Amino acid sequence: MTYIGSSVKRVEDKRFITGQGRYTDDIVLPQMTYACMVRSPHAHAEIVNVDISHASQMDGVVKIFTGKDTDAAGIGGVPCGWQVDFKNGDTMKEPPHPLLVSDKARHAGDAIAMVIAETYAQAKDAAEMVIVEYNVLPAVTNSKIARADGAPQVHADVPNNLAFDWELGNPREEVDAAIAGAHHVTTLEFINQRVICNAIEPRSAIGHFDTAYDKYTLYTSTQNPHLIRLLMCAFVLGIPEHKVRVVGPDVGGGFGSKIFHYTEEALVIWGSNQIKRPIKWTAERSESFVTDAAGRDHITTAKMAFDKDGNILALSSDTFANMGAYLSTFAPAVPTYLHGTLLQGLYTTPLINVSVDAVFTNTTAVDAYRGAGRPEATYLLERLMDTAALEMGRDPAELRLQNFIAPFDGVEQEGYQTQVALQYDSGNYAPVLKRGLEMVGYEQFRADQKAAESTGKLLGIGFSTYVEACGIAPSAVVGALGARAGLFESAQVQVHPTGKVSVYSGSHSHGQGHETSFAQVVADKMGIPMEDVEIIHGDSDAVAFGMGTYGSRSLAVGGSAIVKSIEKVLEKGAKIAAHLLEASVDDLDYAEGKWTVRGTEKSVAFGDVSLTAYVPHNYPEGLEPGLDFSSFYDPANFTYPFGCHICIVEIDKESGVVKVKRFIAVDDVGNVINPMIVDGQIHGGLAQGIGQAFCEGAVYDESGQLVNGTYMDYVMPRADDLPSFEIDRTVTPCPHNPLGVKGAGEAGCIGATPAVVNAVMDALKGYGIHDVEMPVTSQKVWNIIHGG
Amino acid sequence: MVPSKFAYHKPSTIKEAIELLTTHGDDSKILSGGHSLVPVLKLRLNDPEHIIDVSGIESMGGIRDNEKSITIGANSTHGEIAKNAALKEHAPMIALAASMIGDIQVRNFGTIGGSIAHADPAADWPAVLLAADANIVLTHAGGQREVDIDQFFKGLFMTAMGEEEIITAIRIPKTPFNKNSTYVKFPQPASRFALVGCAAAIANSDGYITEARVAFSGVSATPFRDSNVEKSLKGSVLNEDAIATATASVADDVSIMSDHFAAKKYRKHMAGVYARKALSALA
Repeated sequence: MTYIGSSVKRVEDKRFITGQGRYTDDIVLPQMTYACMVRSPHAHAEIVNVDISHASQMDGVVKIFTGKDTDAAGIGGVPCGWQVDFKNGDTMKEPPHPLLVSDKARHAGDAIAMVIAETYAQAKDAAEMVIVEYNVLPAVTNSKIARADGAPQVHADVPNNLAFDWELGNPREEVDAAIAGAHHVTTLEFINQRVICNAIEPRSAIGHFDTAYDKYTLYTSTQNPHLIRLLMCAFVLGIPEHKVRVVGPDVGGGFGSKIFHYTEEALVIWGSNQIKRPIKWTAERSESFVTDAAGRDHITTAKMAFDKDGNILALSSDTFANMGAYLSTFAPAVPTYLHGTLLQGLYTTPLINVSVDAVFTNTTAVDAYRGAGRPEATYLLERLMDTAALEMGRDPAELRLQNFIAPFDGVEQEGYQTQVALQYDSGNYAPVLKRGLEMVGYEQFRADQKAAESTGKLLGIGFSTYVEACGIAPSAVVGALGARAGLFESAQVQVHPTGKVSVYSGSHSHGQGHETSFAQVVADKMGIPMEDVEIIHGDSDAVAFGMGTYGSRSLAVGGSAIVKSIEKVLEKGAKIAAHLLEASVDDLDYAEGKWTVRGTEKSVAFGDVSLTAYVPHNYPEGLEPGLDFSSFYDPANFTYPFGCHICIVEIDKESGVVKVKRFIAVDDVGNVINPMIVDGQIHGGLAQGIGQAFCEGAVYDESGQLVNGTYMDYVMPRADDLPSFEIDRTVTPCPHNPLGVKGAGEAGCIGATPAVVNAVMDALKGYGIHDVEMPVTSQKVWNIIHGG
Repeated sequence: MVPSKFAYHKPSTIKEAIELLTTHGDDSKILSGGHSLVPVLKLRLNDPEHIIDVSGIESMGGIRDNEKSITIGANSTHGEIAKNAALKEHAPMIALAASMIGDIQVRNFGTIGGSIAHADPAADWPAVLLAADANIVLTHAGGQREVDIDQFFKGLFMTAMGEEEIITAIRIPKTPFNKNSTYVKFPQPASRFALVGCAAAIANSDGYITEARVAFSGVSATPFRDSNVEKSLKGSVLNEDAIATATASVADDVSIMSDHFAAKKYRKHMAGVYARKALSALA
């Protein structure tokens, strides 16, 4: 059987497309109550008084909690899960993130009270009648402005709003000296704007305290059930972990925003014990806009230096990274260890220094969003490369090829040690770019581009080549980098007496198709039909432990844990088979679901061995019954996918309207289990990456209000904004995991954005500009063309 | 996204609906397809105590092809209008504009009456109804009256409707200019409402323009016909020169809206671009 490598249709889609998916909000428990949060309409305001007297008397109201109640209960707030220290070694500033704020609101959307009622409508009506008296303060939303003297202070004890500063790479003096003496230096100042994750399923959480067993159950729309349990039990509520079950049912997208432990999760759990009834909270879309952790939001100045032949000599970058009002779970890692460490790119740059100021502002928290730091790194490098090519009169493709790291497979050749801490596992970069050039018909395009000049249209081509890092690991390394968690994965392969298999994975799908890809791996490795395999995930009572799904880690890390358990199952199975066949284990071959004595027709089927394991009448002496193994897999390294994205745009000079004419993506994500699923991941990632370039972006007004907090104003990319993607792959297997896979969830989103902006800049190269701020709207382009 | 509590009424006749409206006055709102009102309710921007759902009133539905006009029942959905053969023949811009509203789901629920009662200046209907010289049929307790479309839109979300009136129909005259008409839209990229919507309807005689009606949605807080453009076109031959001359001063006499998608300067420029697109399509 060869499931691996074939485009098996996703088994989970039947329930999703027939409306039978079970999401948190679909769950209804007996005696359930409904919560509505009272949220600050102000970005920055002292809370003078909270009057719940009238609201408490309203129809259906069960209970109203305010910050005074959570303060009185001694609940400190949700913790940050990643510690980054200041350059001088001081610990980062980590002001509390209360479940309900009692002193002041630090962003529009900060929760002040939780109103619990018999129905959501009653809770909402009463929430409107909670009277909060505010003393409104000046707000700051821009991270660069927030660093200035005299800027509004988000937290009283964090001077100049600096959560931490950080640097990595070669000493800055060396890098600066190389830049100062270089033949050519390309400098860019740009904004990688804040985008809102916009999972189609708004966040939802149900807290249930079962008085009979003194046990809590949290149902939550999360990418990360076990970590939520750990953080909530150990750091927020101080309740015993074995008394808490966390279930992440079907999850409708996350893109990172559902990795994190949110205040509402702890609130419904704590509240359910206070009122001895289950509490459900489901975000309204307007709440999602102002409470889901957002992505990107960097303000950067970067310099790349070249010698006269176009070889890169040095790179420096200085970034203000907006953290929002509080440090979200993994926020400190995103602009640092997931961004600074990627600034080697695919290039041999010998000197690199990256410096980051992580800054508090009066905005919703910023954390990992599809790509998490790597899109920002890729944007930085690839905008520099195309700009440098333009400035030096070089071809952008050739300039890249010239500076690429030579191929290394991680087996015959060692991995590539970067200047910024990482060691790449395997890479062969020129073929993805060459394949991209072939697909786009590069020479023909340049001819078309010239010909278009007379038509009122401007054509442009943009390149982006990237290396990213997936399956962040191993635990000891990430621990040294500040992670307050391990980053391994667990898997249990439970063979039933009848030979059917249940697999319990600590990875947790929020749309990726694990139930299909993982089953393909299991079926192939065990030689049994896919239908005989069930993938179970997302329930801490079913799955021993897990680290969740993010950073394109599920197959590389979670899949590897499954493979380890399968190996154990087959090893034990061979012993049972040898006993039944009266042969030596060494003389057996396992294929297509049976053990055969080599060179004979004597064989025993997997199902007979599994039955024997559970009905051990005729059984090897000293061997334990059962066929059920767990494994924890802690990878040796990250995996490093790479690729080349090429975008062609057409600009209408009269209107400034930009159309993406073609988009070519050649990605190398290592071995591929299910090409259709990988294609789907690439397509989705491209749409989001192109969306950031053209459509998306949070807009704040001076008072700190999110101006585009509905889909009437926040632009999401749509099918008719996008061309039919032209995609291809090369395959450079990962040398250090058993499947040779690297991860495909974020690649599209990491590579696409700079390709689009570079294409616009190529089209506009006659207009003497160095940058256009994202999102690239028709108005901005028109202003450039018409000197506005 | 849960509205405040309201009482729900579903009258089956216009008379009954008017009685409810008269009784509850200010505290009530008319609901038809729900695509303007329901978002407002869900965001709690308005919290009427009574919702009067007129979608079940049969006499407010249907599109009737009369001798001199086409009467569009106020409950007609955008989808019905987009597919209507008589409108396609006699006033193609009406069917075309309907086909460009929202998406299929929106078009199958949203109604023309609901949309124009809401009077969002960026909606598609105002421009085409202005260009079409439509009449709005308003019904009240004492009978009905027809308001010329030029007198109907009064400002941002404001119309000439009385508080106790319901839009029951829209009448589109069968005229030569409506027969030769079109609509183009520069959509706001998120909502796909019009940043600029331009409807143009041109009647010619012996190759010369006898009547020109050019109207805009999205450009100003009150949808408007551009009399400068219309005057410039009248009497000329609709060719590239005439179009360039006529559209050189589009929206000169109105106050132009501004937002982060299109500031005044760009929006005014695009009004010109789309006026040229519309007129060129008729040339």
